[in-house]
Amino acid sequence: MLTKEETRNELFTMGHTGCSGCAQSMSVKLIMEILGKNTIATSATGCLEVFSTRWPESSWKIPWIHSLFENSAAVASGVEAALKYMGKKDGINVIAQGGDGGTADIGLQALSGMFERNHDVLYICYDNGAYMNTGYQRSGLTPFDAYTTTSPSGKESFGNNRPKKYMPEIAMAHRIPYTAVSSAGYPMDLQKKVKKAMTIKGAKYLQVDVPCVPGWKYEPRYSVKLAQLAVQTGLYPLFEAEYDKIISVKKISKKVPVEEYLKLQGRFKHLFKDEAGRAEIEKIQKMADENIERYGLM
Amino acid sequence: MSKNIKLMQGNEAIAEGAVIAGCDFFAGYPITPSSEVSEFLSSRLPKMGKAFLQMEDEIAAMGAILGAALGGAKAITATSGPGMSLKQENIGYASMCEIPCVIVNVMRGGPSTGLPTLPAQGDVMQAKWGTHGDHAIIAITPSSVNESLYETIRAFNLAIKYRTPVVILTDEIIGHMREKVVIPDKSEVEVIDVKLPDVPPEKYNPYNYTSGKVTPLAPMGEGYRYHVTGLIHGETGFPSQKTDVIQNAQNWLIDKIYKNIKDIEKFEEFQTDDADILIVAYGSTSRSARQAISMARAAGIKVGMFRPITIWPFPEEQISNLSKKIKKVLVVEMNMGQVILEVQRAACGSKIYGLHIVNGEPITPDNIFAKIKEVSEN
Repeated sequence: MLTKEETRNELFTMGHTGCSGCAQSMSVKLIMEILGKNTIATSATGCLEVFSTRWPESSWKIPWIHSLFENSAAVASGVEAALKYMGKKDGINVIAQGGDGGTADIGLQALSGMFERNHDVLYICYDNGAYMNTGYQRSGLTPFDAYTTTSPSGKESFGNNRPKKYMPEIAMAHRIPYTAVSSAGYPMDLQKKVKKAMTIKGAKYLQVDVPCVPGWKYEPRYSVKLAQLAVQTGLYPLFEAEYDKIISVKKISKKVPVEEYLKLQGRFKHLFKDEAGRAEIEKIQKMADENIERYGLM
Repeated sequence: MSKNIKLMQGNEAIAEGAVIAGCDFFAGYPITPSSEVSEFLSSRLPKMGKAFLQMEDEIAAMGAILGAALGGAKAITATSGPGMSLKQENIGYASMCEIPCVIVNVMRGGPSTGLPTLPAQGDVMQAKWGTHGDHAIIAITPSSVNESLYETIRAFNLAIKYRTPVVILTDEIIGHMREKVVIPDKSEVEVIDVKLPDVPPEKYNPYNYTSGKVTPLAPMGEGYRYHVTGLIHGETGFPSQKTDVIQNAQNWLIDKIYKNIKDIEKFEEFQTDDADILIVAYGSTSRSARQAISMARAAGIKVGMFRPITIWPFPEEQISNLSKKIKKVLVVEMNMGQVILEVQRAACGSKIYGLHIVNGEPITPDNIFAKIKEVSEN
């Protein structure tokens, strides 16, 4: 437990307008504890930008730039390159941040460029699985069968009909020195990966699973539990990779059926209505099992 | 037959209008304050066996509707300022290749991320000149939820008739407001459908510049093979650097709109007959202006309003005629002065005043009434 004084000294401070139970704000806090004050951050348009910088206040005690939706990685590339050419890069961390839409959809081109040029930047994708800031529209990282406002479920549809994009593997395909996947459910794992990223020169990609109370439609008390269930079911494998090789995975301690994870969330409510929904849950179980196999999670 | 009346949001009315117009295809990307257009169509279109695509970004959304339109679909996308900026190169491509499509821009404060949830009218000039190069475009500014529905149908008609991108410029107020809408049956409204050219494939020239008539865009796959390119092209569609071809192509892009302005224009005149002051206002701002006019008339000041519904091409002739008898013109708009520039050109014999408030709030009737009093005493 932090003292009041320690809380005040945090680099991502309390007082922002994130929802109660917001797993993204928890993750940012944990990440900033490791990065320290010699950090420059860019942030794509999204929840984080909106809830942490409401006029006239900011939760950031570091230089922080709200870029646009699509250019967080490009702006960070510029920050890093300029620091480098001015001889000031040593000892300064440059991070670029975005949500799943800002990273894997509209921001993917800029991110690919940042990877390919191997800028010394840590890119952090806070993955809550949809465009939550604009009202829960689907993104390329929305999970299979999730209800969103642009992938509605109903008589004709079970919601989002495509699996989640394998974004970390897209990062690995760029042969960048470090790719990691972590989760708001595992603070130690998250901080360990940030710490490691800081020791590596070149482009780094970190994707963090951050449950979203209003978007996933669950009780705020379940944020950490859901993040953990995502890992323990095999739906959200946590791993680290160097270049194109996976070097470590977080093992599942006790395998949980996907149903346990799905049933707590309103966005999957339609799967629990009838037999057809049951068959969809089977499909999701199969995806989890395939992940377990593919990443060697057990 | 009883009327089909519904309480509806402006963005929903656009979606409803698109459905009535026979829209086959929507591609978009979430952006406040236009996302509801996409949300409504995400459930409406697939149910009708039509396509809804959420794309990976704004550029792709614009690209997708162009592809769909070339395939013969009636296609629409919806966005707001930042998305409109991203789409611009593709909009120029639509102009150049004469691809019919409808682009909804629910205006919010700008520039850049600006004011995502608050209204503005700062994209009027962008609608005309956002993309590079000489071209003409059609833009429409509905001022109510009901009008949003009917003007969306008209936008599709104009897009197909003149083979051009048509921009529906609404704003956060109209987009998110809920009002009564009279939903027409398809038989009650004019709907222009995509049709095949009236010549056989071997005689088809997709860009019939010299005929002076807009040739229908033959849907790909119907046996009409032709070349589509963003390069300046001749009548066959193949690129050319010949001076006469270039000049013809440039003339055509502008002439096909401006020579048909009588068919494209649409406006409303409100209490202009005896007016001493003419207000020019459009979109949500015209609603406050209407109220301000009754306040002014109650106070003995005769004010009328000219409200462009088609804003591009600009109704220069009407404003010029009105300015011959009304010597004071007040332009009210939620920007720092855009349409006023056009009014200054059209109504050069009158004294032109501007009320430009851009603070994230609607311009109120009181704001306008105060300005009217100032103008009337001036």
